[in-house]
Amino acid sequence: MRAFGYARAATADDAIDAGATGARFIAGGTNLLDLMKVDVERPDRLVDIGRLPFTKVEDQADGGVRIGALVPNSDLAAHPRIRRAYPLLSRALLAGASGQLRNKATTGGNLLQRTRCYYFYDRALPCNKRDPGSGCGAIGGFNRIHAILGASDQCIATHPSDMAVAMLALDARIEVRGSDGTRTIPLAELHRLPGDTPHIDTNLAPGDLIEAVTLPPPPGGTQVYRKVRDRASYAFALVSIAAALTVEQGVIARAALAFGGLAHRPWRDPAVEQALVGERPSTAAFNRAADLLLAEARGQGHNDFKIDLARRTLVAVLREAAGAPQ
Amino acid sequence: MPSLSVNGVERRLDGIDVRTSLLDLLREQLGLTGSKKGCDHGQCGACTILVNGRRINACLTLAVMHDGDEIVTIEGIGTPDALHPMQQAFLHHDGFQCGYCTPGQICSAIGMLDEIARGWPSHASADLENIAIDDAEISERMSGNLCRCSAYPNIVDAIREVAGPASRREPA
Repeated sequence: MRAFGYARAATADDAIDAGATGARFIAGGTNLLDLMKVDVERPDRLVDIGRLPFTKVEDQADGGVRIGALVPNSDLAAHPRIRRAYPLLSRALLAGASGQLRNKATTGGNLLQRTRCYYFYDRALPCNKRDPGSGCGAIGGFNRIHAILGASDQCIATHPSDMAVAMLALDARIEVRGSDGTRTIPLAELHRLPGDTPHIDTNLAPGDLIEAVTLPPPPGGTQVYRKVRDRASYAFALVSIAAALTVEQGVIARAALAFGGLAHRPWRDPAVEQALVGERPSTAAFNRAADLLLAEARGQGHNDFKIDLARRTLVAVLREAAGAPQ
Repeated sequence: MPSLSVNGVERRLDGIDVRTSLLDLLREQLGLTGSKKGCDHGQCGACTILVNGRRINACLTLAVMHDGDEIVTIEGIGTPDALHPMQQAFLHHDGFQCGYCTPGQICSAIGMLDEIARGWPSHASADLENIAIDDAEISERMSGNLCRCSAYPNIVDAIREVAGPASRREPA
């Protein structure tokens, strides 16, 4: 590993000042240190934010919940309020990583983890995300795990988080503190599509510190998180779906759907949800939703199967959430 | 000056290269070679230790990030003359072949049973509120510990034996 400076931030302002002048935040470190060992991340300085006071899960006056950015994934999954009111978030967290990693990985860090594209990780291979202008090895290469939606001719990487998919379906917002103060933005506006700047994962500026994630009151209805992967545990999603579905008097009254494993960011498509609202749950209605979701889907060869897999997983998740026989 | 406690002994980190992982501190500088370096990327679990009672991968964290923390390694779990019940159970059930993953398996299993005792659910839990411990739960919760000799059936047997009382506790 290359040499770097290390300092522990005593306050959030310390961290933001250091971040604005080029230091990288480290908290759990499970992704950043991994990438530093393979020389993909090369920070000159680390500022350790691990002991800042962002460790609480608090009920909000509006009936929602505020999750400190440093709450470990394991604690968040097990938190009584999350388990009872937002079970799809618990389920998503528990579907990710291993027990050891969940004990260390934080809420903010999970959102900011980087892709597990093999080309991104291997310095001997081209990658526009790692080395802009070097090309994309995955296009025309090995691309079984890659994106079928929203990709560009520069990058077809996917976002690896399960937690972020669940939070997107739950209409999460993030509290970001930067040099100009604190602002709250929808989680949907955090992650970017690759376009011609795949080296930029998010819309945060240097020094922007995620302090918390807030969730509105629980959506009601039935919540489901389903993850399809190559082995039963400790693997990234090929396709994952977070669903919150409310059926009233036999008709779908509300649908929130977010998708993992399909795109450069957790994916949500309002048209798919609108197409379901007002429909009676049926395989035909669910397939029409899948048609909309996948209208622009494009396989890259090895990942062509994801188009059918996403359709079948969506139909199965909607059946489960609607209480229909599987 | 930063320091941490390792198996109850205070250790100062004077002049440490900040790149030193907690695992390398334990193995290379403190001579505690029970914790093993397998992949060095958090994938195999051979380096699993307990930090403030929680199981983590010692390879994916820097020693300097642990000022004031209490570290327990396999050397602090038990001794040949006074084995921890989990060590005894691994012996009884022959929960290993080459033994390289075993310190990590044992530390992980101890941390994992504490998580169950606190009522934490897992991906294998049908009900997030009421945790029933069975082989599927043990396998899921131990998926961060690989055993290339594939002693998994006996590892699960060993953990199930120790889990007995913990599994009957009520969730938090």
